[in-house]
Amino acid sequence: MNISIGEVDEDIVAELAISRDAGKIAIVLAGTWTGPSVHLVDRELKQLENEPGTLPVFVDLGGIVRLDTAGAWIIHRLVATCKARNQPIDISSGNDRHLELLAAVAIPFKPLQAPKPDSLFNRVFSGVGKTVSGFGTDFIMAAHIIGASIRGAQMKPGKSGGIRPVSIIHQMDVMGLQAVPIIALMSFLIGIIIAQQGALQLKVFGAEIFVVNLVGILHLREIGVLLTAIMVAGRTGSAITAELGSMKMREEIDALTVMGLNPVGVLIFPRIMALIIVLPMLTIVSDLFGMLGAIVISWVYVDIMPSLFIGNLRTAIDFTTVFSGLIKAPFMALIIGLVASIEGMKVSGSAESLGRHTTSAVVKAIFVVIVVDGLFAIFYGVIDY
Amino acid sequence: MSERSKVMIKIRDLSVGFGSHLVLDKLDLDIYSGEILGFVGASGSGKSVLLRSILDLNPKQKGSIEILGVEFAESDPKIRNIIDQELGVLFQHGALFSSLNVLENIQMPMREYLHLDQSLMDELAMLKLNLVGLSEEAATKYPSELSGGMIKRAALARALALDPQILFLDEPTSGLDPIGASDFDELIAKLRDTLGLTVFMVTHDLDSLFSVCDRIAVLGDRHVLVEGPLQTMLEFDDPWVQSYFRGKRARSIVVA
Repeated sequence: MNISIGEVDEDIVAELAISRDAGKIAIVLAGTWTGPSVHLVDRELKQLENEPGTLPVFVDLGGIVRLDTAGAWIIHRLVATCKARNQPIDISSGNDRHLELLAAVAIPFKPLQAPKPDSLFNRVFSGVGKTVSGFGTDFIMAAHIIGASIRGAQMKPGKSGGIRPVSIIHQMDVMGLQAVPIIALMSFLIGIIIAQQGALQLKVFGAEIFVVNLVGILHLREIGVLLTAIMVAGRTGSAITAELGSMKMREEIDALTVMGLNPVGVLIFPRIMALIIVLPMLTIVSDLFGMLGAIVISWVYVDIMPSLFIGNLRTAIDFTTVFSGLIKAPFMALIIGLVASIEGMKVSGSAESLGRHTTSAVVKAIFVVIVVDGLFAIFYGVIDY
Repeated sequence: MSERSKVMIKIRDLSVGFGSHLVLDKLDLDIYSGEILGFVGASGSGKSVLLRSILDLNPKQKGSIEILGVEFAESDPKIRNIIDQELGVLFQHGALFSSLNVLENIQMPMREYLHLDQSLMDELAMLKLNLVGLSEEAATKYPSELSGGMIKRAALARALALDPQILFLDEPTSGLDPIGASDFDELIAKLRDTLGLTVFMVTHDLDSLFSVCDRIAVLGDRHVLVEGPLQTMLEFDDPWVQSYFRGKRARSIVVA
């Protein structure tokens, strides 16, 4: 019971013979004129169309075995062109089905107009301009979101006053608790790497005991909070953008609005709030596991006993070292949450736009987190903290 | 229906289930060349599962599904590829690629399978677009900018891009207004006549069933309860079929 697979097995060829004699052009079509084969004859037929002429054209469809809309279309195109310039054209010996198909594709429509390409100057500078004005829009949107979070969350007149503890706790679980294993593992490894590299260099001077100061200050002031923020930007920032973006695509955000709820208060405020609470906690986890990694590797590598390490750590660092790192965390959390929310709200209809905004949320958040870390470093330097 | 003998899709003894829950059990169905088969059944009875099983999007547990005489799911990739080109599917929500505009959506299969110039592809895509009754302005729009009816039409144009022999429609008229729906039905019938399509239509629309379907198959109790022309449906003695085809909504159409 093989119906049409047999036809596909044989070579699909569209054939075209054009003869010009005795004051007429005779065209004989043969073979299979379908999508997979019309490219063989399209160019030749098009050439014939572009030839200005008044000679009568006779088209013989007799040899056509199979015809589909693609084949019918290029035949129709020839017929239409000839008719348009008053060149007599005649179609003969086509079977009923083929003629029916030819009639079906004879729909008059405007050809597609390609949009005029911009000049090089415009193409280069419109991109720059859009990016620059994009910064401005982002900034205003950030201000709106902060404003709406602070003021808007309380505007709901119904029960529970607007702030949603359940929602915040749930987000803290997703963003914080579930991130603990990966943050711990990452910090442990970073602690190992810094201690190992530091010990290796300091050993040359016989000063390997100072690895305690190196790891303690570097990790607690900078690396711990920075890497945690970067990890959270990648893990949670992208999730926020994707969640908000797909909710926007499916009109869920509009549904909230028509229920009289403020989407910023319902969706964004709990997320940013949870992030602000959770990021310092994760930083503490990171600090602890970073130190643990350093202790382990110092013991194994340069024979600093854990008791000695901890004793020296007490003198090397004080409360300000820990706190100067920790105080940065809420600011970074706010930035990650804001950037992710802004990008999420900018998502439009397509899947591509969701992907693009998720990417840009992570990239922007990490970039701004590093810039802010730099600003803090300058600030601490100036106030001698 | 001169070529009734040609069976395009032959389903025998098909069982499909998820876990221990059987959705379809020992289902037999033939779809003949050139017909429009309407497929009905209660919500959740497994119509879409059957459609997806035919297209090998769901694994089947037992039985055979032959498309154009070939066991589709188990055929080798080369044959499968050829058959893929003979199937056009209009998904329930269109499933247009949201990052491509309408014209690019229609050209997508052409670009992958055919060796056509861009200009010819543009012409053919515009032709398909006009064939399904969309205007030129829709060509450069993105799916998110289209109305529900336009999405269905654009998705139909994409399904027809390679001139398939078999067209699958999953609730083509759901979400359309009655005028739009009846236009769509006429369009399907017209395309069937001109392009010689075989149409498998999952639908709930009684108007479509009464106006364009040559044959109707009813899914119930995990297999095909009854198949045949409308008259058979009206005479079949089953409470669900009776209330479906002789209910209040159906009666007004039969009377009219």
